Amino acid sequence: MWAGFEYFKPATLKEACLLLAKYKSEATVFAGGTDLLVSMRTGGTKPRYLIDIKAIPELSRIKYENEQLTIGAAVTINALAQSDVIGKKFDIITEATKVFASVQIRNRATIGGNLCRASPSSDMVPPLLVLDAMLTAISDKGERDIPIKDFFIGPERTSLEQGEMLKEIRVPTPPQNMGATFLKVRRTGVDLAVVNVAVAVELSENKFKDVKISLGAVAPTPMRALKAEALLKGEACTDENIERAAEMASSETSPITDVRSTAEYRREVSRVLVKRALKNAIQKVGGR
Amino acid sequence: MEIKTTVNGRLYKLDIPPNWSLAYVLRKKLGLIGIKLGCETGECGSCTVLLNGEPVNSCLVLGVEADGKEILTIEGLSKNGELHPLQKAFIEHGAVQCGFCTPGMILSAKALLDKNPNPTEQEIREALAGNLCRCTGYVKPVKAILSVRK
Ligand SMILES: Cc1cc2nc3c(=O)[nH]c(=O)nc-3n(C[C@H](O)[C@H](O)[C@H](O)COP(=O)(O)OP(=O)(O)OC[C@H]3O[C@@H](n4cnc5c(N)ncnc54)[C@H](O)[C@@H]3O)c2cc1C
Ligand code: FES
Ligand code: FES
Repeated sequence: MWAGFEYFKPATLKEACLLLAKYKSEATVFAGGTDLLVSMRTGGTKPRYLIDIKAIPELSRIKYENEQLTIGAAVTINALAQSDVIGKKFDIITEATKVFASVQIRNRATIGGNLCRASPSSDMVPPLLVLDAMLTAISDKGERDIPIKDFFIGPERTSLEQGEMLKEIRVPTPPQNMGATFLKVRRTGVDLAVVNVAVAVELSENKFKDVKISLGAVAPTPMRALKAEALLKGEACTDENIERAAEMASSETSPITDVRSTAEYRREVSRVLVKRALKNAIQKVGGR
Repeated sequence: MEIKTTVNGRLYKLDIPPNWSLAYVLRKKLGLIGIKLGCETGECGSCTVLLNGEPVNSCLVLGVEADGKEILTIEGLSKNGELHPLQKAFIEHGAVQCGFCTPGMILSAKALLDKNPNPTEQEIREALAGNLCRCTGYVKPVKAILSVRK
């Protein structure tokens, strides 16, 4: 069994924030537990006070209003997978849920946990990076917006401060002429990514009006390939341009070798996935 | 902590420490040893139970989280001594070798069929992706599940 802790299940955001303020560094937010309970078993994490946020109604809601999607931090991966509005307007998120762990894990794992865990390989992060998501943190002092690009400050480190938790994720509806796609290479059917890639392209007359490329598991945090994006902006959708951008994206990564893959393989897979994702995304908006 | 939970159709009031996993509570307090513990890190699926109808790894759920919820384990599948069609199909197709993964596989399959009575082979394989069989028997469980489609 796990080392002893006290368990709280607050029913409101306010109550949760007060608990976080009261127990400070000894308080740990508990969502789906698929990372936390594993690291409490094998990684020596020993929280004193577990604050289960799953009974707070606002945190388990998916809302679509005024062209904006709002996802509560405690929404599970399977709830995302089953959401019609996400499937229709944000299908890159649906794509990521389909290659995320197993059914059992998807029923428990939350999007907030995936972000706050801040693993370099978190699958929900690259799609949210290319969709320019805005995160809202909450504490007993109030709320604060954090653009997702500023959220990850190191492996397993986020810009949340003590006493703060993630409340929700807001995603603007992509423009009509934007195509976005998520691809992941893994060793087996149920595994973390060797590399994952998200791409969003906005086209105008077969030229790249805007491009966003994000990669995971190839750097200390999920990253954007800004140089590759700059290469493509304003340029024609040709195979040569796509190939050059894919090579640039690969050169921007700084992968490590671990049990899942060597660094060399990750670099090569990055190139191939970026190329493939760009082509898929272009096809989605009917380009070339 | 006191919890009230419905397990296999029966309501229980239990007093449990918060640091016990749901798997441990069900095995130790209720003797439901059809729940197998393999990895205890969410990888193998042998501890699968249905929580409000959805498959979860009970090694990665706190017992106290079952408060107010409904749980189904392999022991709750047969009715009046008669095996569930999935259990019969697993036996008929020889889909059981050592049997360690079988309760989890059958519960994952039940959750799938409850939602989608006529799944494709691909959908069955995806539903079982979180259930590892160390005897490596994957073909026969899939055949068994295909045979009980509506
Ligand atoms: C077998 C297995 C397979 C997996 N496969 C994948 C995979 O394919 N892809 C992938 O990306 N991940 C995978 N994971 C990792 C894990 O499932 C995900 O990272 C998951 O999204 C974590 O969410 P959770 O709700 O379970 O988080 P928890 O374990 O509850 O929490 C994780 C961390 O985030 C903190 N936290 C959670 N919610 C908040 C909040 N709202 N505010 C502040 N802090 C918070 C917690 O304190 C903890 O430190 C896998 C895990 C397992 C065990
Ligand atoms: S024992 Fe629970 S998933 Fe392996
Ligand atoms: S039958 Fe032995 S583990 Fe599957």
